[in-house]
Amino acid sequence: MTESAMINYEAFRAEVRAFLAANLPDDIREATRLTASMFPHMPTAIAWQKILHRQGWAAPHWPVEYGGPGWDLRQQMIFREEQDLAGAPATIMQGLFMCGPVLMGHGTKAQQDYYLPRLLSAEHIWCQGYSEPASGSDLASLKMSAVPDGDDYILNGSKIWTSNAHEASHMFLLVRTSTEGRPQQGITFLLLEMDTPGITVEPIINLNGVQEQNQVFFDDVRVPQANRVGAENDGWTVAKYLLEFERSMSYAAPLKKRLRQIRRSASEEVAADGTPLIDDRVFRRKLAEAEINARAFIATEMRVNEETAAGGSPGPAASVLKIAGADARQALDKLWLQTVGLNGVPLQPEALVPGNNVGSLVPDHALTAMATWLDDRSTTIAGGSAEVQRSIVAKAVLGL
Amino acid sequence: MTFALSEEQQMLKDSVDRFVAQDYGFDVRRALAESDLGYSADNWRTFADLGWLSVPFAEENGGFGGSLRDVATMTEALGRGLVTEPFVPCLVLGGRLVEMLGSAEQRQAILSPVIAGETQLALAHTERRAAGNPACVGCTVQADGDGFRISGEKHLVLNGPSADLLLVSARSGGAERDRQGVDLFVVDGHADGIHRRDYPTIDGLRAADITFDTVRVEGAARLGEAGSAIDAIEAVIDEAIIACCAEAVGVMEVLVRDTVEYARTRKQFGTPIGKFQALQHRMVDMFVAQEQSRALLLQVIGEFQAGGTEARKAASAIKVHVSRSARLIGEQAIQIHGGMGTTDELHIGHYVKRLLALEVLFGDTDYHLDRYAALIDSAGQDT
Repeated sequence: MTESAMINYEAFRAEVRAFLAANLPDDIREATRLTASMFPHMPTAIAWQKILHRQGWAAPHWPVEYGGPGWDLRQQMIFREEQDLAGAPATIMQGLFMCGPVLMGHGTKAQQDYYLPRLLSAEHIWCQGYSEPASGSDLASLKMSAVPDGDDYILNGSKIWTSNAHEASHMFLLVRTSTEGRPQQGITFLLLEMDTPGITVEPIINLNGVQEQNQVFFDDVRVPQANRVGAENDGWTVAKYLLEFERSMSYAAPLKKRLRQIRRSASEEVAADGTPLIDDRVFRRKLAEAEINARAFIATEMRVNEETAAGGSPGPAASVLKIAGADARQALDKLWLQTVGLNGVPLQPEALVPGNNVGSLVPDHALTAMATWLDDRSTTIAGGSAEVQRSIVAKAVLGL
Repeated sequence: MTFALSEEQQMLKDSVDRFVAQDYGFDVRRALAESDLGYSADNWRTFADLGWLSVPFAEENGGFGGSLRDVATMTEALGRGLVTEPFVPCLVLGGRLVEMLGSAEQRQAILSPVIAGETQLALAHTERRAAGNPACVGCTVQADGDGFRISGEKHLVLNGPSADLLLVSARSGGAERDRQGVDLFVVDGHADGIHRRDYPTIDGLRAADITFDTVRVEGAARLGEAGSAIDAIEAVIDEAIIACCAEAVGVMEVLVRDTVEYARTRKQFGTPIGKFQALQHRMVDMFVAQEQSRALLLQVIGEFQAGGTEARKAASAIKVHVSRSARLIGEQAIQIHGGMGTTDELHIGHYVKRLLALEVLFGDTDYHLDRYAALIDSAGQDT
């Protein structure tokens, strides 16, 4: 772990903790408590990002020149931990983790000057237009066409699995500008506004009964060529750069949170003989196993972060993190679901709506266990499936 | 024992398969699961007309005299259609318990309308603190003149919202987890002092949490002797485990079949994804899990008829094995279907949710591993 002798980390932690205690509103905390998804509850996440932005803390991982607070890795980790412990929402990832870094790496000065401040202030909310109905794992086969016309491109086609498209103001997306050469060579990276004429957003309801994903249809949508990031037909380079950041978002924080949730549930549930589950020897063995696995992952993530900080882009190591992180997360989800037992069975989606007054059928500690298990099925599918990640590691790391 | 179906069982299977194929497409199922009742009263009458509701019961009680294998043959076929009609809650947990504990008079009075499809039963037994232990009964019963008064809370009563009659366990003596001291009563589902909170479950079925506030029943409402209902309750739960594991085998069969079919047709990287070895091996593992579950199911049904310790081991063995197979098959069915597998639109997730519920009903894997472990004969009897 990169540490500086110049920084008093305990004082920093105290400062973050004091800020959170004074500034995190109850309604945001409550919405986060009811969130089973890896995506935050958008209205409160936006409100929270604005609060953080006023403090200059909206993007802990951004360089100072773009509006980051200038924290080192250990400070960023402390901040995340404290945020999570306090019950603050997850970061809106498509903007701060994906679009932002891409614009810093590949955007023009004009694009950076226009978009980055608005992204930081949560004035713009981004979604990611990558997958298409026939192009999931095989992303490079994407077909959505962008035909140059004057100063614009005209877009036709469809994107799918577009998380939060119904709540976003902007989309960054991959389009096909050429069918010559390898499929990767004819792809271009564009930015657009979601209220551009010709865009239709259709909801996709997930296994929780929640709208998180969408299919987005494009019918003669005009996008200025000035909204291109990188060169025409060089979008794959930009996309790969972005994917490395997507794949390296922290899995450690959610794992720690899940372990806390499991311990709490186990303190309130009983074993078949009536003793508290947390005192049951078999359960404790399972919890120990889960914690050790999680710790191995957390250590790996810290190591990769440190190497990234020293050398720039995380590269194929990001795939290692995504494979291990998704597996660890699903393993903990499974243990949590086992811990809450029959409390996972009642279906009451209205009890997960912030501000509801329905009276939950199950105890608080168990409220999101089943919804989380179901939602986290996508951790091994979205952002490059577990199978594709393994193929990347086999090829890029092992040289197979 | 024989693994093959008898002629009669083949007819039962064909009859249910035909119903599922003709009348129970996934859109129909979805609409029923989302309806107020959660199933179709018309279908239930059809089940009665076809004689299906009589299968679990002895001829002397107006039944078809079917075996547990007959019941399992039907529930497996119902599982393939993800049928929501309360076959196991009403007939096995309810009807079979009446058959085991009731007097001739009670059996006649209760089972005849059940077999005719006119009465719905539900077993109100599970409590919040049970963690799978069937002896955990905190509800209490007290004598009240020539009758009784029942108080306490029951959790996740399957088919509770539709039940005309509830079978309610309550304690006349002993501590919360003692096997002695548990009575069983038949109670009008709409009696004074009953407060029901109805809800759907994640698998689209219906359940209720029920509070009994000094509910008055007549002396004749008790099934069996005072204080000794627990053996029958545990036995009927074991029958339900076997019937539901058969259902799970039907559910798994659909998941394996449809996942393989999807892998054959979905193309990425210019080829059907089923051509990738990583996916092939996983689908083979799914298939192996399904086949082993089916074989073990048929074997334990044979052992179950013998009763006693071996019957309890049999039920725990199949519960553990089917739960593990269901996990593997369910998780991989979603994974191999990719994004589509995570949607409400596709049937796959709904089949998986049924398996998730079955995994924790009637005691989870840990409970049944413990129960099996405690019953292993130190003399090392062959299995």
